[in-house]
Parts: sequence; C-alpha cells; structure tokens
Amino acid sequence: MQRIGVFVCWCGSNIAAAVDIETVVQAMKSEPGVVYSTDYQYMCSEAGQGKLKDAVKEHGLTGIVICACSPRMHEATFRNAAKAAGVNPYMVEIANIREQCSWIHRDRAEATAKAVVLSRTAVAKVNLNTPLTPGTSDVVKRALVIGGGIAGLQSALDIAEAGYQVDIVEKQPTIGGKMAQLDKTFPTLDCAACILTPKMVDAAQHENIRIYTYSEVEQVSGFVGNFSVRIRGKARSVKADICSGCGLCMEKCPSKKAKDEFNMGLNNRRAIYIPFAQAIPNVPVIDREQCIKFKTGKCGLCARVCPADAVDFEQQDSIIEERYGAVVLATGFHTLSLEHYDEYQYARQPDVITSLELERIMNAAGPTGGKLLRPSNGKAPKSVVFVQCVGSRDTTGCGKTYCSKICCMYTAKHAMLIREKYPEVDVSVFYIDVRTPGKNFDEFYRRAVEDYGVRYIKGMVGKVVPEKGRLLVRGSDLLDDSQVALEADLVVLASAVEADASAKGLATLLTASIDTNNFYTEAHPKLKPVESPTAGVYLSGVCQGPKDIPETVAQASAAAVKVVGLLSKDKLLSNPCIARADELLCSGCSNCEHVCPYGAVSYIEQELRIHGRNQIRRIAKVNEAICQGCGACTVVCTSGAMDLRGFSNSQIMAEVDALCR
Amino acid sequence: MHQNNNYLVETAAQISGVNPKSCMKCGKCTASCPAFDDMDLSPHMFVSMVEAGRIRELMESTSLWKCLSCFACVERCPRGVEPSTLMEAVRLMVIRKQGGHRISADEIPELLDKRIPQQALTSAFRKYSR
Amino acid sequence: MVFDYYPGCTLKTEARELDEAGRRSAAALGIELQELDAWQCCGAVYPLGRDEIAPRLSSVRALAAARDHRRDLLTLCSACHHVIKRVNHDIRTDEKIRDTANSYMEGEQAYQGETKVVHYLEMLRDTLGFDELKNRIKKPLTGMKIGAYYGCLLLRPGKVMSFDNPENPSIMESFITALGAEPVIYPYRNECCGGYITVKEKDQAARTASRVIDSALEHGADCLITACPLCLYNIDVNGTSSKDLPVYYITQLLAQALDV
Repeated sequence: MQRIGVFVCWCGSNIAAAVDIETVVQAMKSEPGVVYSTDYQYMCSEAGQGKLKDAVKEHGLTGIVICACSPRMHEATFRNAAKAAGVNPYMVEIANIREQCSWIHRDRAEATAKAVVLSRTAVAKVNLNTPLTPGTSDVVKRALVIGGGIAGLQSALDIAEAGYQVDIVEKQPTIGGKMAQLDKTFPTLDCAACILTPKMVDAAQHENIRIYTYSEVEQVSGFVGNFSVRIRGKARSVKADICSGCGLCMEKCPSKKAKDEFNMGLNNRRAIYIPFAQAIPNVPVIDREQCIKFKTGKCGLCARVCPADAVDFEQQDSIIEERYGAVVLATGFHTLSLEHYDEYQYARQPDVITSLELERIMNAAGPTGGKLLRPSNGKAPKSVVFVQCVGSRDTTGCGKTYCSKICCMYTAKHAMLIREKYPEVDVSVFYIDVRTPGKNFDEFYRRAVEDYGVRYIKGMVGKVVPEKGRLLVRGSDLLDDSQVALEADLVVLASAVEADASAKGLATLLTASIDTNNFYTEAHPKLKPVESPTAGVYLSGVCQGPKDIPETVAQASAAAVKVVGLLSKDKLLSNPCIARADELLCSGCSNCEHVCPYGAVSYIEQELRIHGRNQIRRIAKVNEAICQGCGACTVVCTSGAMDLRGFSNSQIMAEVDALCR
Repeated sequence: MHQNNNYLVETAAQISGVNPKSCMKCGKCTASCPAFDDMDLSPHMFVSMVEAGRIRELMESTSLWKCLSCFACVERCPRGVEPSTLMEAVRLMVIRKQGGHRISADEIPELLDKRIPQQALTSAFRKYSR
Repeated sequence: MVFDYYPGCTLKTEARELDEAGRRSAAALGIELQELDAWQCCGAVYPLGRDEIAPRLSSVRALAAARDHRRDLLTLCSACHHVIKRVNHDIRTDEKIRDTANSYMEGEQAYQGETKVVHYLEMLRDTLGFDELKNRIKKPLTGMKIGAYYGCLLLRPGKVMSFDNPENPSIMESFITALGAEPVIYPYRNECCGGYITVKEKDQAARTASRVIDSALEHGADCLITACPLCLYNIDVNGTSSKDLPVYYITQLLAQALDV
C-alpha cells in the first residue's frame, strides 16, 4: 500500500474562486492510501514545494498527488521536488483542477464536485504507480534547418558558430527567402540586400554549414536527439559541381515566357535561370515545365553553349539520408492570394499590385530597374493609393482572421520612399487602424505623415473602378463621414501574410502541431515561444506567426540557443513511460507492429517455458530507445500483452473506476 | 407596446439576426454604398448606432428609405456584419408600427407609368408597408 | 432535360418577352420547361427579417412542388431567383424558419431544402454548356458589343447565391460570346441600378441607373442585357444619359441568335 500525500493548490484565486479547496482536502483524506491531505495558495512556489518536501519526511510519503494546473505547466516542477525529497519522480500525479475544472465552471458546487472526482482519480492511479527510471539516448551533433530565408539563415549561423554542424534545406533554387525580394527595410530604411546577402555568403562559406537548395524534406523518423531525415534534392538539370555560373546558358535560352517568380511575375525569365544575381548557389536551374528541350525534345542550346559542359538533361533527383539531433522549422510565409477580393480588381487591372510586387518595382535590381512605373504602360504614376488590411482581420472565411502585423510599417515605408524619390506623386493610404508598436516604429509612421506628406485616410476601399485609363478608388473617409473617390495610377494592396503551404505537410512529418491558420504552435505561448510541443523541434520566424525582420532574427537566434543547448548534451534522458510486451501473453498477431508510428516494435522468435515445456514463440519486442510512449500498441493489443509503463492498463482502469464511483 | 430602449435593441437583433458588435469600424460598407449620397446616416454610422442602442434615432433616419438592399455592403464586409440587414430590421420596426406605412394604395395611380413592372409595385409595398 | 419552371408575376405581364423568348429558346435547345401549377408571387423582395415567415411561404411551396416532381426549379427573373434561392438557403440552414414554414404547409413530407434552384443562365452553362450553345446558334450576333448587366440580385450575397464570382462575374460574358457577340466588361456591371426604390425615389433611382449606363457607354457597349425586369425598366425608362443605350433581356438576344 502506498502512503499518499495530496496537495491542493489554490493558484491564488484561479482555482480557489471556483473550487471549495477545503472540501477537496477533506474528501481526499478518506481515499485509500492517502495519509496526508493539505492545501496551499501557490504549490509551485518555493514555499509550496517546501511543504511537499516536509510532508514527505514527516509522513513517509511514497506517492504524491498535486491538485493544481495542467501537467504541461508544472509536472516537471513537482517531479523535481519529489526527487529532491527522495521520492521517485514518477510517483507524482497531477490532477488538473484548473484548466479542466475551475476555469471552465461557473457553478462552485459543480466545480468542487468535479475537482474531488479528478483528485480521487489521480489518487487511484498513484496507488498503482511504480518507480520508473529514465534511460538515456545519444545526441546526434548535427541540426537540420528547414527553410533558407533570414530566419533559417540566422538560426543556422548561430548554431554553426557555436561549433555544431548544420544543414539547411531550402525548396527554392536559392537561399535568401522573402527578404531577398525586399527593397528597403523599416524603420531604418537600409537596403535589404545589403544586410542579407552577407549573411547568405557567411552561411554558404561556413565550414559547419551545408546547404541543400532546390530540396525538400520528404520523410522524418526518430525523436529528439536522433531524427532520421530523408531529403530529396530536385534535379536542377545542371551539374552544380562543375558549373561556373557564367550565365551563358541563360543568355542563349530561347524560352522566355515563364513568369519570373522572384519579380512576382512582373516580367518573364528564361527556362534556365538563376532567380537573382546574388543567388546562392550561383548555379542555374532548368524549369522543366518551360524548357523546350523537355517539352519537345528539340533545342538543347544551353548545353551546347555551356563551356563547362554542366547542363545535364538526364539528371535525376538525389536522395540524401542524414541523422540530426534537432530540427528548426523556418518555413516562412507567402502573401494571401487575392481571388476573394476581386472588388479591388487585382486580377483584371495590371496597375493594381500587391506590396511585394511594389518591393520589386522599387528595387534597383527589379523589373523596372528601380523606377516607379505603372505595369500597364510603363509610365510614371502621378498618384498612388495604398489599401491596408486586404485579407487580414477578415472573419468571413475569405481571408485571415488575424492582423498580419507587418503591413502598417511596410506601407508607411513604401509611402515614404515614394514621396522621397518622387515628391510630385500624391500618396494616400486607406487604413482601419495604424498599428505600429515597436522601437522607433510609430515615429517612423508619423514621419510619413508629417514630414513626407502622405495622406492617411481612416476608411476602407469598397471598389476600384477603372476609368479613362486610370483607376478610381472608391473608399470611405470615416473621420469626415464621407465617400471619397481618388484617381490613382497605381493601387497597392497590403495582402495578408499566410503560412507557407509547406508548413502543414512538415507538421505531419515532424508531429509538430499547427493552428487553424497553419502557423506552428509553440510549446507555451509565453514561456516556450521557440519550442514546438514536439521535443527537439524548434520554431524560427514567420512560420510561427506574423513578425517583422528584427523579431524574426531574435526568434531565430533564440531557437538556435535551444538547439545548441540540446546538442551540447552527450546523452538525453529518455522518457521511461514506454511500452513493454508481456512475452507470455503475446499472441504474435503483429497488430502493434503495424500501428506503431515510430517503428519501435519488432517481432522475434524466442524460446519460452510454458506450462513446464520449452516452446519457440513469435513475440513482440519493444525497442526502448525508439518507443515514444504514445500507447497506440496497447490499444490494439488483443491479448493484453502490451502495456505502457506509467500508464498501465490497470492504472487506467483504476482511474476509470474512480471516475465512475 | 412599451418602447424602452432595451426592447428596441433586442427587437432589432431578433429581426436581423446580426451582431453589430462584430463590426471593426473599417467603413467598407460606406465605401461600397451606391445610395450614400442620398443617406442622412451612412451605413457604418447606422451599424455603430445600432450597437450603441440608438434605435429610436435610426427609426427617424431617411437612410431607411434610401437603402437599395443591393447587398454590396453585405458582400464586402470583412466581419459578416450585414449593414443592409440591420437597416431592413429597423425599417420593419417602423412600418410594423400603427401608421408606419410609407405608401398607401391611394397614392399609387399617380406614381405609375405605362411600363412600370409589377415587380416594382410589389417591391414598393413590401418595402414601405406591412 | 426537364425543369420545373417558375416564371413569376412580371414575366406574365410587363416582361412577357423575357418569358416567351426564354421558352422558345429552351424548346429549340431541347430543354423542357414545365411551368408549375398555381405558382404564387415570390414577393419580389427577399424577406431579410428572420421573423418573417409569410413572405417565404410562396417560395417554399414552389420549392416543395419541384421536390415532389424530383426536378430542379428553374427561374428566369433575377428577383424571383434571388428570393427563391435565398429562402431555400434559409430552409437548409435555419431550423426555426424551416419548422415554422413547414407548419403552414400541406402534404406529408416536410420540405428540408432538397430542391436545387437553377437560373436560366446556369442551365445554359451547366446543363447545356456554352460550347454546345455556340454550336446551336443560327444567326450569330457578330459585331454587337454587349455589356452584361448583372445588377445585384443574381450575384449577392455570393456565398448564398453561388451563382458566379460576385465581384468579377463571367457567366453573362460567356453567354454573350456564345451568341457570337463581343462582351464589354465595365466596372458598374455588378453595381445596383436602384430599381427597388423607383416608385418613391425616382430621382435617386435615375441617378443610380445613369451611373451604370455611363460606365457601359464609356467602355464601348452598344447595348445592355439583363435578366431583371426591374433593372430593364429602371435603366431604360429612368436612366438618363447623353447617348441612348438599348437594354434587352438575355432571352431576347438568345432567341434572336437561335432564330426562334
């Protein structure tokens, strides 16, 4: 019989306001095995933990039940406290009477009754708990960073600088990501390329960094400290090791009709191309959908002119298999497709553009050489109108419910840059709210208004009407309670930020969780903002939620620190709550093997002594280093042979009994 | 019928099925409204005043009779607020009152022309009377 | 293919040409339109009030009759289409409206929104196909520059009507192309003409209609087509513009091109 102590936490008023603590304390006193029951305002505090330690000594406790917040919050805290008091950490159970009780019930009697039931359920379980000892596993001293934008580059550089190997996997033909497409950056207006490309070069030249561009993660297995990852390197059709990047192939390529993705489709590129001049690697790629050779079998001009003989039409995808101790997700974003916002005429009118398209138009290396020109006729605009919140803060299902966070600042930046370079151009901004929290951010926006004469109109645009070769922007001015119709030559839409399409698939591969908007979920919104709930998987940049460059870089470095902390360990303690097969009960059906998502169950032939006779039986064997304790095998086991330590069938049945009592 | 304010607010909510609190004051309704020039209260003001419980003032508003029920505001509202549905609710509250009709059968003949479709008359009766 | 057909009040009177040309064309295209027995006026205005039951009943009766015949319900007038499609949506999505409406209905089986409401243009697009329509044209309207006037009722609210992209529709333009004419895309094609208020607010209606006409003229239209008798009246009679812009029903030009 255990000697169990029950500790009921008030959590200030979080629990005590809804649950009658004294009733719970008294009710637990009559539960089997309970020798001590008490309460405290904050059990997680030093004093609270002290009470626990004292009680262990005074009452000789062998099992502990904490009735408090979610185990995700403080299970580790109380396990450590128990350990310090000489009790095996796995003899601690948490009854969640906060998130699952006090926070969701208004009726005090109802909440109290439920708290009693949850607490006695935990007591029933502890009665059957056995001390467990974690095993250890090795740590592969190499990290994987998925995504080669500014977030991924910063994480990779920090990890590499700390002395660990890092691989970057980037699906585009070059690293650099969205930041490479930007012209200037707020609030300092320094040139994006000037601060990004050195980082790209640093990453490419770092002895600890390997870069796989035009590559995608295809398969992941394993767990924290030891992930096995399969990466598919898509065929470039150019041999990267011998290509000198001279560019002759691109000059001669006769296929000129592909939309240039890097320039947001504002101009065309060749079928063999490098996305931009500073691309890394400086090796072209053949777009097989556009290439005449691939489409018709004729041409091959690029191969003929290549002085290095690097063009290879036969090239196959390559497969890289590698093991990693940690994974950083840095998959970034794209901007929302505007098909549900046809009132702005984006699809019909070439002079209605997105902000990212404007970045390219403003960029000296862009399709207009940095001159502000209308895509329709190549003429200079006299009036530019910006529309903010296009697709953001939309609850109708057409866009995104959240604020995209960066648009207010980049719109102010665009407006200011246009007024600075072209003072004769009228610039107006339709806004719902201007949101500029951040160091020197609001000052920046005010400069746009006060020093640069940008006209900010509180209101929204209802429709863009093409009229006499210009665009009539019909909007509202709410401060004036009027309708306004502005004649514009260029309309710029601040389209919402959206998680990259690859995020969902990678979440599945890595069992990392995503929210309803496909942003990766952090392990704790405040205290673990760069960790995913899956051990060994970390989050960097916009893939976790909209953020600007300074925030992205800060988070990327934070994720790198977490990775370095992990990789610096030689051994990891493994979770002892793993599956075990009772060899005498196992019927050899293979259900568990089929259902195990980690490949931790295998079958062996073993000689067993059954009813006094030796027999060879086929039985399940759990690889303890691989098992993650998910329990799927115990559910499908028909003979009751498979059991999960710490969550045994008998423990769960005891909990159910206690619930139903 | 007693006419305290809560009753009016509840009636408007019940008839429209719309929650004006979801409005984020962006003004896209007003930007989209083809009847704006003829209205004394713009669509976003109308929504805001419903939210503020100022139904009695709205029942006096000429906007009620100028709204074209074209649903441009409904279509474009990013918050699903449906300003024209709210306007209709208040309009119904007016015409359901004793003497609230805005059109009577007697005045019809002089409003007619040869080509007026039946649909126009049916609409007028539906819009202006119980 | 056989459809139950709901003509509506105006198609029996002022807009007879919309109806008759529609029937002639359908017959020529091998589409059978069975007019519902004893249909009642849809009310012309969709009852926006959630508590209005009576104005929904005539639509529910028509919908239930089509359900009993196991046919789709075809409409031609934009207003009827709008009212009946939205009432059908109410029946499908609002339990209270469904139950109350059914309590006024005869017949054993409660109406649950089973019927599909199809506009004449949707029939041409989805049942016949515009490519097929093009093949059947005898006298293509070559050289005509036609502005499609959608107005509001066919398109909005887009999620309920599911008729076409409410801000950038294309069904009428495809129709015009199939007839051999050239569609003129102008920005006010989906803006309201103000027809609803034409009885009491003539000036306002005239101004709204004129905006549509001016926009179509500016973009080079020779004429407009519409499926709505009220729009046709308002644009044709109340609208004022420097230049005359004829307005036709969709079925008038269809019949002409089919030579029926």
